[in-house]
Amino acid sequence: MSEVALAHRPTASAAGCADAPILRERGQREVFCGLTGIIWLHRKIQDAFFLIVGSRTCAHLMQSAAGVMIFAEPRFATAIIEDRDLAGLADANDELDKVVARLIERRPDIRLLFLVGSCPSEVIKLDLGRAAQRLDRRFAPGVRVLNYSGSGIETTFTQGEDACLAALVPQLPAADGTPSLLVVGTLADVVEDQLRRILIELGIERLAFLPPRRAGALPPVGPATRFLLAQPFLAETARLLETRGAARLPAPFPLGAEGTLAWLRAAADAFAVDPRRFEAVTELPFERARRAVARWRPELAGRSIFFFPDSQLEVPLARVLARELGMDPLEVGTPYLHRAHLAAELDLLPKSTRLSEGQDVDRQLDRCRAARPDIVVCGLGLANPLEAEGLTTKWSIELVFTPIQGFEQAGDLAELFARPLRRRARLAV
Amino acid sequence: MQLTVWTYEGPPHVGAMRIATAMEGVHYVLHAPQGDTYADLLFTMIERRDRRPPVTYTTFQARDLGGDTAELFKTATREAYARFRPEAILVGASCTAELIQDDPGGLARALDLPVPVIPLELPSYQKKENWGAAETFYQIVRAMAGPTSPPPGSKRPARGPGVRPSCNLLGPTALGFRHRDDVEELRRLLERLGVEVRVVAPLGATPADLARLGEADFNVVMYPEIAATTARWLERSFSQPYTRTVPIGVGATRDFVEEVARLAGLEPAAAVATAGSRLPWYSRSVDSTYLTGKRVFVFGDATHAIAAARVAAEELAFTVVGLGSYSRELAREVREAAARYGVEALITDDYLAVEAKVAELQPELVLGTQMERHIAKRLGIPCAVISAPVHVQDFPARYSPQMGVEGANVLFDTLVHPLMMGLEEHLLGMFREDFEFHDGAAPSHLGTHASLPSVPAAAPPPAAATLSWAQDAEQELKKIPFFVRGKARRNTERFAAERGLARITVETLYDAKAHFGR
Ligand code: SF4
Repeated sequence: MSEVALAHRPTASAAGCADAPILRERGQREVFCGLTGIIWLHRKIQDAFFLIVGSRTCAHLMQSAAGVMIFAEPRFATAIIEDRDLAGLADANDELDKVVARLIERRPDIRLLFLVGSCPSEVIKLDLGRAAQRLDRRFAPGVRVLNYSGSGIETTFTQGEDACLAALVPQLPAADGTPSLLVVGTLADVVEDQLRRILIELGIERLAFLPPRRAGALPPVGPATRFLLAQPFLAETARLLETRGAARLPAPFPLGAEGTLAWLRAAADAFAVDPRRFEAVTELPFERARRAVARWRPELAGRSIFFFPDSQLEVPLARVLARELGMDPLEVGTPYLHRAHLAAELDLLPKSTRLSEGQDVDRQLDRCRAARPDIVVCGLGLANPLEAEGLTTKWSIELVFTPIQGFEQAGDLAELFARPLRRRARLAV
Repeated sequence: MQLTVWTYEGPPHVGAMRIATAMEGVHYVLHAPQGDTYADLLFTMIERRDRRPPVTYTTFQARDLGGDTAELFKTATREAYARFRPEAILVGASCTAELIQDDPGGLARALDLPVPVIPLELPSYQKKENWGAAETFYQIVRAMAGPTSPPPGSKRPARGPGVRPSCNLLGPTALGFRHRDDVEELRRLLERLGVEVRVVAPLGATPADLARLGEADFNVVMYPEIAATTARWLERSFSQPYTRTVPIGVGATRDFVEEVARLAGLEPAAAVATAGSRLPWYSRSVDSTYLTGKRVFVFGDATHAIAAARVAAEELAFTVVGLGSYSRELAREVREAAARYGVEALITDDYLAVEAKVAELQPELVLGTQMERHIAKRLGIPCAVISAPVHVQDFPARYSPQMGVEGANVLFDTLVHPLMMGLEEHLLGMFREDFEFHDGAAPSHLGTHASLPSVPAAAPPPAAATLSWAQDAEQELKKIPFFVRGKARRNTERFAAERGLARITVETLYDAKAHFGR
């Protein structure tokens, strides 16, 4: 299996930086914890509920990070650990059972409940795995109860989705021996539908997405399953899928015209799609994506860009900006660099790009100020202070909450980077 | 364990951040995991601050737990001092670090830094944001002003001849609800009274400024949630009296001016001080008649809820049908205020309990926080925001205080704006069946995009299962404006139940109307 996969690995370009040294830092990390993934996961899986077992801090994080994005009652909540729960653990379990019972009564529409661990629940060693099993038995068959940790001592931002999907993998039904394709990682519904259409046109009809939109529609997995990662932050999910016999198709991520084409080609090759058919199906959307991206090239070419670590999307994004828009990535910071999953991406990055993993935010700010990039991609805590210093910024979180994958979104992705520059140029105050 | 969807207050270390961020020359080293850095965005995004909060997080990870998180804390503190050179350092733990018990205070002291190190003990599993802010302010004031306090029992020296009376303004913080503008408004007011403002703290103060707090004649406590503890300590240590009135609304501003005059030894000049307020005339002008007796529900922090209730009742002639607060520390004050309006105070930090109360009372206007704005929107009730927790909209670009003369003007506008204008309301009542007057129609001056959601408040089930509505009575009920319909339904059902009527007819409806009045 792995031989097949290796055969289709995109060839490394001479300019690539797959083996470039990485600056590893272990200072203050200015990033969200994995709980934050709930903000999109709870909208994606429409009958799932996420109950964080944590502190007031966790509840406050969710509400502050979700902010204005909540228009309906959210399908997440926090069971806030209080002083009396800390007094004795048996008590904490009873309390949790009561909270869950009240919740399920209030929300009879829930089919899948995730107990989500936090730093406090991890530190006091509250066994949420056992609690989930107990509650799963109690509420079966109406409600399934699973658990994962989104704690900040173990997960960074998008790793929360990895932990959530990893918790789903053992629950996936076994697939029969027919070859099938699984696309892994949350995508906006519109992007998912577009990619599904193309893959079906290519003839890959045994096709499923993880996470599914409904908890009852878990896709099957088995040795005949090939999977494509739609997101770069799914290390543990990929590992567990492999233990179930599935094989990962190495590919760049479906960002930009070129990335989307290569990602689709990985699937087409694995499923022995006739190259002419591949050409026929992808030619139009690929050209359309190229034109959409090219519109922004004059504004972005030659501009320098600096990434602070955030979602692990940094490397693929830098690749799109460098190759399709002619930008100059000075530093690409990422919370965690998964060499194997990013191999195809790293090959495509310019050699001059500095890669950094982890963070020491004050030192990174020093480097950023010294580099004076044309655009800084950073989190919400840093953006306004850097703007006030005269730098132009792009909020990284917007890249997680906007449909940017696939051919039809390639132009939107480019526009997201052009907008702050255009805005700065227009303002006369 | 408490099931929470939304919270009114953050954890206590966020309160500490509000103090540190408000001040100059202070740095806060917080033993906390990486995710807790989200708190920075409260200040940089919601308040649009142009600088990062002066906070260093240790961001320890699981792999550090077995090893030496204490060493990590020491390194972070040492480096933060070297980089930021603050005049004073605050150290403390967030909820997770509290559990690993590294003793940040002891660790930081062992570093022998050349500036005061102030340890903060903020119990995350008991207390909340405002308490954390109050405690932090108190600890830092005690650390900076303590050394300058006179021996216990000493009398305050009399003010020298020709020296103007002076005060400090205590309580405004970063991320406070209109704190920035309230400070400005009080400065103007006190200036007119001839009282000098010495130190404003914590907003804009340095540790050195805090050391001078004892010099002023008295303290003005702007927000008791944050400044009361500190003011009491200053009174004990410096024999410095402090104000009890929060000057929000015309009446409270007059009371405040009298209190200040007494503390400053000046002639009361309340009339002078509140001259120029437009609220009294706007409220007396005939077009405001329609405001009379509007049923209003008030919820917020104690300071703003109590003040808004008084303005609503005394200055706009609304009827306060509910008053509550999430500030447990000031529950007694809220209960006293509620008693004045003949209602029982709702003291809770459970958003669902507040929602249930609003649904039960069916007020015509809600004065609350951003959370009540959500509740009111869902129930189709107009709402104005009068209190934290804050939202980016609560930091308007224009000058918009809550306190003093201009504050009262702002409140008039804020409280009246969401309501229908008088004649518009009458027309709506007269021609219920006009197709454009559907229940979701918003006041016309709010524009179409502001139209209320068409989900009507869920009709409460009949009081008794035996009670039923005749179809024509149900039709007639629909002709009553939607904002009082819930109330009319409940009154009618109560009326019928009390008289043992099983079926509600049009007659019953009007009998009940006559019985209960409006
Ligand atoms: S970092 Fe830990 S304590 Fe903080 S919000 Fe995330 S899970 Fe909760």
